[in-house]
Amino acid sequence: MLEQFLQFLVTGVTVGSLYALVGLGFALIYNASDVVNFAQGEFVMLGAMTAIALLGAGLPLPLAAIAATLAAILVGLLLERFAIEPAQGASVVTTIIITIGAAIFLRGVALLLWGKDFHALPSFSGDAPIRLGGATVLPQSLWVLGVTVLLVGLVRAFFNRTLLGKALLACSFNRAAAQLVGINVRVMLRLAYGLSAGLGAIAGILIAPITFSSYEAGVMLGLKGFSAAIVGGIGNPMGAVAGGVLLGLLEALGAGLISSGYKDAIAFLFVLMVLFFEPTGLFGHKAAERV
Amino acid sequence: MKTIWKNLLTLLFLMGVGIAQAAEPIKIGSFLTVTGPASFLGDPELRTLQMMVEDINAKGGVKGRKIELIHYDTGGNAREAVNFVKRLIKNDHVDLIIGGTTSGDTLAVIPDVEKEGIPFISLAAAVEITEPTKKWVFKVAPTDRMAVIRIFEDMRQRGLAKIALITGDGGFDKSGREQILKLAPQYGITLVADESYGNKDTDMTAQLTKIRATDAQAILNFGFGQAPAIVTKNIKQLGIALPLYHSHGVASKAFIDLAGAAAEGARLPAAALVVADQLPDNDPQKPVLLAYKRQYEARHGPVSTFGGHGYDSLMIAKAALERVGNPDKAKVRDEIEKTQGFVGTAGVFNMTPENHMGLGPDAFKLVEIRNGAWKIIN
Repeated sequence: MLEQFLQFLVTGVTVGSLYALVGLGFALIYNASDVVNFAQGEFVMLGAMTAIALLGAGLPLPLAAIAATLAAILVGLLLERFAIEPAQGASVVTTIIITIGAAIFLRGVALLLWGKDFHALPSFSGDAPIRLGGATVLPQSLWVLGVTVLLVGLVRAFFNRTLLGKALLACSFNRAAAQLVGINVRVMLRLAYGLSAGLGAIAGILIAPITFSSYEAGVMLGLKGFSAAIVGGIGNPMGAVAGGVLLGLLEALGAGLISSGYKDAIAFLFVLMVLFFEPTGLFGHKAAERV
Repeated sequence: MKTIWKNLLTLLFLMGVGIAQAAEPIKIGSFLTVTGPASFLGDPELRTLQMMVEDINAKGGVKGRKIELIHYDTGGNAREAVNFVKRLIKNDHVDLIIGGTTSGDTLAVIPDVEKEGIPFISLAAAVEITEPTKKWVFKVAPTDRMAVIRIFEDMRQRGLAKIALITGDGGFDKSGREQILKLAPQYGITLVADESYGNKDTDMTAQLTKIRATDAQAILNFGFGQAPAIVTKNIKQLGIALPLYHSHGVASKAFIDLAGAAAEGARLPAAALVVADQLPDNDPQKPVLLAYKRQYEARHGPVSTFGGHGYDSLMIAKAALERVGNPDKAKVRDEIEKTQGFVGTAGVFNMTPENHMGLGPDAFKLVEIRNGAWKIIN
């Protein structure tokens, strides 16, 4: 029984860190612009699919991964420049709808490029499971966990320690004031989209060996990542990470201890409860509405 | 002299009428799911229908009359399917309908088809389509029940009586699960676990950990898409060494590519089309399968069993039309019902007034994955 429970925990943390990585991207753009970028899941898909395509074209895996991340960053920048920027001054809701449109567009392009089939990336360090007490874990899961921790640390340091990060945060707190103190809001926005596209792509490449990828793989991951971000308090990168791990644990424990048929219901019930009792999320700013 | 001219004119006139009549095409209507989630089923079906119609027409059509294919895409929406079938019957005046990629689409249009009285050949799998038998409705796809029977027969042979079941949350998974629960007692099989997962889930180790704790002798995963590949990998990850069975839903090269080495030794029922090359030369299906495969792959890339359903339905219809000689609905229906020994891609069809599908359980071959390829077991 203890062995089983340990396996559920391992499963939960692994799945949770996937959600956390996607949630992190949501938090980044929200921080810069108050916009929920619904194309975040598509960045994840683009990273994975581009890496798979480049690997298929004969590039070694590390090179394919780096090139795919750069490609996704480029897409993020283009999206900001040609879809978000022209709508400058539009309401947040309008911008969110634009991101939904962008997501559908990106999915369509991926469908044309790579077809409807699922594709897999080979595991980075083999498929032999590693035993942890009574539980087993895949080497790839350790990659996901490790890189998640690393990226979370980097994002945290970026916002807390660097001028650029603080400038980005300033844009979200008060765009006009940020502009007045000499922050180039336009550049900051591009930075946010580029960064979160890169984060998403890295997440996609890391999880492609475990979950596979297809043109519509971003939809589900985007939804789970978004849930993670709002549970943790949207706009709080660390909250998104905590929310992701929490969601993953709930799903695994729900499936293992209660019923696999109800595991999504359990997770979503939890999200609803959080929103009901803590509308700003578990770790969100308790700030008043900006006017 | 005058009479000769008159006769000549009459002859010319009659010839003209004759030509006009010969040019009048036989209209076959189809409604398929070419877009949307089930497009991987409907897309090869439509391509096959178009390819075969072209081929038949190039060879002179049916008794000198060309076939015209009128097609609508339902996008997997059953209400649209009903609208399109009404349009096919009332506006397009088709002589026969082929279609219904999904069981949902097919079941929704049956009332209209029965009321209007038009021969209808469905490409979907559900048992309910032809059971109970409906006067105008036929089907060419094998049912999930036949797949389950094939799996259970093999389990019985290997002496596996305690089975852990794990299925997805899609319609295919659910209807397969129903058949499994219904048939298990007949084969002396007890289900010691009955787990489920979402078809877009990324990890099933929690469910499989529960299965590991039972005294199951084998695992049966009834599903399709990428999820069964994840299940297969998770089983290896957890170090579960039980025999693994899948459904016919994963009988594609893509599954082997995704699951990789973890899929070795897994068994599943597969349509003969998947293993056409391995069939013994005296198998009556072999030439049909290889010919269809060659023709389709020359134009569109790898064949799928679903495209094969398109082939079977059109060829059964063509044979019936040829026997009648004209597209008289009632007579064509009677002739479809008399289809005997028709060798198609899904198997050999023997229809009767009680059986409007006409396939036996031997339509599925039981295959094992060995060295990254299918191997026929029996």
